[in-house]
Amino acid sequence: MTDVLNRAEAPTTNEVQDAPAIGPEVTPAKTTWTRDGNEPDAAAPEPRRSTATIRTVDVIRLIGSAMAAVGFTSWLFFFALPLEGALGFVLITYGMFLLLFGILTGFDENRPTVRDRMASVVMHSLAFLLLLALFSVVIYTFGRGLEPLGFINFFTEDMSNAGPLDDLDRGGVLHAVVGTLIMISIALILTIPLGILTAIFLTEYPGRFARFVRTVVEAMTALPSIVAGLFVYAIIVQFGFTRSGFAAACAITVMMLPIVVRSADVVLRLVPSSLKEAARALGASTWRTVWTVTMPTARSGLTTAVILGTARGIGETSPVLLTAGATTFFNFNPFSGPMTSLPLTTFTFVKSPELNFIARGFGTAAVLMVLVVILFLIARAIGGRGPGQLSPRQQRSRSSASRNDDYRFRAKELGIARGTKSSALAPPAPEVPPPAVPPPSAPTDSIDQSTKD
Amino acid sequence: MAPQSEVALTAIDIVNDETAKAAEAPTDSPRTLSTKVDRPDAVFRWVARSGGTIVVTVMTLVGLFLLIRGFEAIQAAGPNFIVEQAWDPNSGTFGIAAVFMGTVFIALTAIFFALPLSFGTALYISEYAPQRIKPLLVTTVDLMAAIPSIVYGLWGFFFLSPLVLPLSQWLATYVGPWFPPFSVEGFDPSDPLATPTVFSASTFIAGIVVALMVAPITSSIMREVFQQAPLGEREGALALGATKWGMISSVVLPFGRGGIIGGTMLGLGRSLGETIAVFLIISPVFVIQPRILEKGGNSISALIALRYNEASAFEISALMAAGLALFIVTLIVNFGASTIVARSRSGSLGD
Repeated sequence: MTDVLNRAEAPTTNEVQDAPAIGPEVTPAKTTWTRDGNEPDAAAPEPRRSTATIRTVDVIRLIGSAMAAVGFTSWLFFFALPLEGALGFVLITYGMFLLLFGILTGFDENRPTVRDRMASVVMHSLAFLLLLALFSVVIYTFGRGLEPLGFINFFTEDMSNAGPLDDLDRGGVLHAVVGTLIMISIALILTIPLGILTAIFLTEYPGRFARFVRTVVEAMTALPSIVAGLFVYAIIVQFGFTRSGFAAACAITVMMLPIVVRSADVVLRLVPSSLKEAARALGASTWRTVWTVTMPTARSGLTTAVILGTARGIGETSPVLLTAGATTFFNFNPFSGPMTSLPLTTFTFVKSPELNFIARGFGTAAVLMVLVVILFLIARAIGGRGPGQLSPRQQRSRSSASRNDDYRFRAKELGIARGTKSSALAPPAPEVPPPAVPPPSAPTDSIDQSTKD
Repeated sequence: MAPQSEVALTAIDIVNDETAKAAEAPTDSPRTLSTKVDRPDAVFRWVARSGGTIVVTVMTLVGLFLLIRGFEAIQAAGPNFIVEQAWDPNSGTFGIAAVFMGTVFIALTAIFFALPLSFGTALYISEYAPQRIKPLLVTTVDLMAAIPSIVYGLWGFFFLSPLVLPLSQWLATYVGPWFPPFSVEGFDPSDPLATPTVFSASTFIAGIVVALMVAPITSSIMREVFQQAPLGEREGALALGATKWGMISSVVLPFGRGGIIGGTMLGLGRSLGETIAVFLIISPVFVIQPRILEKGGNSISALIALRYNEASAFEISALMAAGLALFIVTLIVNFGASTIVARSRSGSLGD
């Protein structure tokens, strides 16, 4: 798509520049592209037009104005004005750069072209700035977390025998890892059935109530996590429970549920209705259609929805802060006693003024981030495909199942049926209908997918 | 079948005699249409519906429980709950004016930074980025949306704060005198010994960190809407001689207006509720403090995280009431946002 656009773009901008200056009516001889083919140079080979989207003159302008901006700002900072600070230097340099680039382009080009180049530069730099900031978040956390990560006890001990002044060779965060895993498992046990069931309800039984549910879920997707924690805290206070891992898991569930429902709903809506209609036409009931057609088709998307919800749930601090209590001991029982999680441990570590504790905090944050990134990458690997698109392995198993069916049907036609019980409506082997994409194009699709990933 | 042929009859009238005769035939009486639901299906329907009901119930309970627990405090404070700035429930004078305005200031600062950043990133990914690295960029931005907020908080507190101080000082010195939000009390630009500590732990820094947290989400929503801009109209604009920016501003942006507004509001909703990053960075004060560069600010969620632990029963009730206020505000903002995004997806705003 963008290929087409890019190709179309180079000539159009040339036209815009040239149109007022030359104009085909005024000097038709100069242009090789007029319609009346009487030009003297019609026979001459047309020079090949460049379709590149990056123009040399633009690159030269960029470099030139960048150098000028750096030079000018250095002069401002070191000689002319009493300015200081790295951030200020960068900001002023960038402003100067934009100004100079605009002026430089304005020498040769007309107004729309200048605007186009400026917009392009601004968009590139905004995207670069955001990505840079995000990378710096990740790299900074890892960089400072590296020190405690070097100690093996960081992964094998809890903090019960490490005092505030102890070095990094005592104490670890295994209790937080255990706590996180227990909490997220309980949350998932609650979230997965409820979330996917609700998403199925939204897609399979549309109506006024489903619309209402969808509205509520959408409004709740960005429910402040502290409110989810406060809600469970209110229940604890109301009924006289104590804080526990289970309470924290409930808070995480309240927060994750709308996220999972919403993304599962989106995925289920993408299942082609022709597949569902085919199942119905074969006489399948609603739940049979859902179980054997809709869910398998959307499996990768559903998995992604759940994993992305998990990644969010794992990283939330505030619901756990209010409901789990905090502890430095191992606690394997989610129903009694306080429990802690990775983000909560990070939080308690960095609140301490001790440098070792802050280092431990960064280490815990790094562990947490690794966990989230792994979950995310798994989600991408599974969910990169749309509904109905198959991985090569699934493709092979589908086609072998289909061959078996073909063989079976032929055998039946020839009167050498193996079993007498097989009925035409419910063949035992093909639980799932053939892939949505026709067989010849399917392998290329999956290859594309794998190269993209 | 039968009703349909009757309708056809009224439309075509007498012209077609044969159909009329067929309709008059006594054997073709109207069939009653009914859906026969067998037992497993009925059960499934009931289970699915109850799943939806449970989700709605849980979500309603969130509001209900906060209301029940917070009612005592709201009743005790009366209308003062909205206008009072101090937070001292045990002596009876408390209100959410300061924390609520603090929340709004942080959210607005965050949106001020997040809007251009996410807009530029979304436009870059959907329009400018080379085809080959586009999926990678999409994945990166989505991954950033999943990074825990505590990580952003750490980064903001330890890395960004010291970097921003000179900028804050510069803004306070040169912009502050004629732009009140940038003025700082107790800072004298002419004093060579002035420390930049008055600028630490400010709304400004918290806002920047929250901006980075919401920018990936906002950007991802905007990008989705931008990419749906119709190809035919894009190519039409280019064919008429538009530059790339001309095409974007005349096709993509009008089409994606709903996405921009909705994504921004969704980001606003997220930044209103952000807790940990704000809690780590800001130093809490209980007055309405519109000077965003100055040390001190507050937010409802930070207040809850700060006070819940050593609170009396009544103070807990007050915190619940504050949580209820936050809940209602974010609900309104999110609801508006999702309505706008949903409408823009169906293309009804894309004129």
